[in-house]
Amino acid sequence: MSATSYGWLVLAFPLAGMLIVSLGWRVLPGRLPGWIGTAAIGLAFLASIGALLDLLDHPEEERQLVDSAWTYAATADFSADLAILVDPLSVFMCLVVSGVSFLIHLYSVAYMSGDRGYARYFAYLNLFVFSMLLLVLAANFVILIIGWAFVGAASYLLISYWYRRETAVRAGIKAFVINVIGDAALVVAAFLILDKAGSLDFLGVFQSAGDDFTENEGTLVAICLLLLVGAFAKSAQLPLHTWLPDAMEGPTPVSALIHAATMVTAGVYLIARTHPLFELAPTAADVGAIVGTATILFAASVALAATDLKRVIAYSTISQIGYMVLGVSIAAYGAGLFHLMTHAFFKALLFMGAGSVIGAMAGVQDMDRMGGLRRAMPFTFVTFTVGALALAGFPLTAGFFSKDEVIAFALHRGGWFAILAIAGYLAAFLTAFYAFRMVFRVFFGEPVPEARELEAGHVAHGEPMNPMTREPEDSDVGFPAPEHHVAEQSWPMKAAMGPLALLSIVGGIVAIPGVTDTLEHFLEPSFQDSRFHDTAPTTGSEVWGLVAGGVIAIAAIALAWLVYVRRPGTAARIRERVPRLHRFLVNKWYFDELYEAMFVRPVSTIGAFSRRVIETEFVQGTIVGGATGIVRVGTSFARAIQTGYLRMYALFLLLGVAALTLYFLIASS
Amino acid sequence: MNITWYLILSAFIFAIGAAGVMSRRNPLVVLLCLELMLNAGNLALVAFSRMHGGEAGQVFALIVMVIAACEVVIGLGIIVAMYRNRLPIDIDEMSELRG
Repeated sequence: MSATSYGWLVLAFPLAGMLIVSLGWRVLPGRLPGWIGTAAIGLAFLASIGALLDLLDHPEEERQLVDSAWTYAATADFSADLAILVDPLSVFMCLVVSGVSFLIHLYSVAYMSGDRGYARYFAYLNLFVFSMLLLVLAANFVILIIGWAFVGAASYLLISYWYRRETAVRAGIKAFVINVIGDAALVVAAFLILDKAGSLDFLGVFQSAGDDFTENEGTLVAICLLLLVGAFAKSAQLPLHTWLPDAMEGPTPVSALIHAATMVTAGVYLIARTHPLFELAPTAADVGAIVGTATILFAASVALAATDLKRVIAYSTISQIGYMVLGVSIAAYGAGLFHLMTHAFFKALLFMGAGSVIGAMAGVQDMDRMGGLRRAMPFTFVTFTVGALALAGFPLTAGFFSKDEVIAFALHRGGWFAILAIAGYLAAFLTAFYAFRMVFRVFFGEPVPEARELEAGHVAHGEPMNPMTREPEDSDVGFPAPEHHVAEQSWPMKAAMGPLALLSIVGGIVAIPGVTDTLEHFLEPSFQDSRFHDTAPTTGSEVWGLVAGGVIAIAAIALAWLVYVRRPGTAARIRERVPRLHRFLVNKWYFDELYEAMFVRPVSTIGAFSRRVIETEFVQGTIVGGATGIVRVGTSFARAIQTGYLRMYALFLLLGVAALTLYFLIASS
Repeated sequence: MNITWYLILSAFIFAIGAAGVMSRRNPLVVLLCLELMLNAGNLALVAFSRMHGGEAGQVFALIVMVIAACEVVIGLGIIVAMYRNRLPIDIDEMSELRG
């Protein structure tokens, strides 16, 4: 089979899985929907490997294969095909997406069991994976936008999965609205590209980009900025990041899959895919780099003060994606995508660990109420710590190589990019600190009652309630199941977390500076036209970057240990010292309040005004009321004749006949 | 005998009937008056029939009587239904058609 056939199979399996699960939910018993969904993604992963092996058989110049199923839309001088592009970049994304998705499906089989919407959950999850794979395999902007929108819809469905929980529904709407801003920008960008280049096929547009556009031409910069808006909305970068922390309302495996490992990296993929345009518009690329860096710092600072376990990880996701955006914006494509891959491993792992911890705490997500879970949950503790080490960039873990490679590249670009690199190092320090703040606060210290109960062998069962608002809930469909699951007691969760923990440690071997460059070499055909192809930093400077990153990580972890384990209470003292800063961070830099004041409230004010004045007074009163008024006045005479007295009708009848008779008498005489 | 007398009598009866329909409020009396009007017409038909020497007028008069019988059945039926429903036996009260 050719690589493109494998590409179609990659799409077919999740689609088939979704259809089987969603049509057969009534007859499939027990955990079978989960296993079907998992098997579908597993097969997609195998098909991705098939595509990879086949692609490696091709000579390097011929590793960009396009295959078209049918013509999707055709007009006079333009046609869009339902076509897939199988090249190293898309195969790499397919491998990461389907591989991590497979493990998260496996984890969900156990973690979601008992939930009344089990089959619905897996149908949504398979739909999501299908859309994401469609997005990365698309060969033109039309299919890309279709996949892009599907991904947003699947994300909405999964965030609002517990649809009777009001906070979850609101979070879903928020995510969808912000995603649609990105969708609209992407569509406009596609229109501009079609206008200028006359085609929407990736390869066609990129090949003729040099002829169609002059460097930093206004239209091109506008196109790239619009693409960036799309990417920022999907990847939760400033200022369109506010939906991602709220998206934590969804089930924890969903947070792991969509809001950490795959969907939010779509923006990074988009920038990497359209890099020929960005290289012709350095201004836009610089905007991407600056926004990425600002996001890294912003999100890392908020993660320092957040106490909700899942939201800390959510902000760390925003921050880490900032590194990727920075990487692909400064033409460090290999490094940015490398970080995308390692981040998928350790962030999915962290979320899975958090899910296990939340299960042990009977749904509680607040770190203030956690502590001392180390002895009760040894497996979760070890894997979560591995994930945190990788996130912190501890030497020789996967995150260590990938993050520092991005920063090293920024340093190598020189000039003002050095400022970005320094900001990256500063954020790396914060990252390591808050990563271990989580570890120390959750697993160290005095064991909480739930931890003691778990040590005795059974999982705590609290009253079902909303962890955010503490409203009581029941456990029927639309709310979470009453059972909680911890990794220690269910093998599918262990089987999912084990490989990710391993990959979080050794995932870096595919790109160790000076030793291996497997990944960059593999991705080369996708980026060989890059102008920065030969400007990679030297091995020596990369090694120095790695050393600096490692020292920073170790120092930050040591500081976290000092603050949270050695001298507990230090954090509270610091908090009292700078109350205003703390409040600023707890309120997430007041972004939500700002948007509330800037967009939500004016819109709802306008809405209320239209309801009260335009609708009630003008439409109801003047237009509708005016028309009926005219009819009413015009018919008042006709109504007056209709007295309802039979005798009057008889009189009129008689008068009429008499008048007619008189007329004929007079006329005939 | 001159036909004029028949016609004058017929017109008188018709006028009495029409005046009764328009002025009385009891539906029974209204029905009676209607009957007067119909029979005034019958009288005129029969008179014209004699004058022309044909039978068509007589046949018309018989048909009008049948129609009158049907009409009385329906009219009395309505009055009985009004009585059963304890509605006032007064046609001015039945003025739901007022616009």
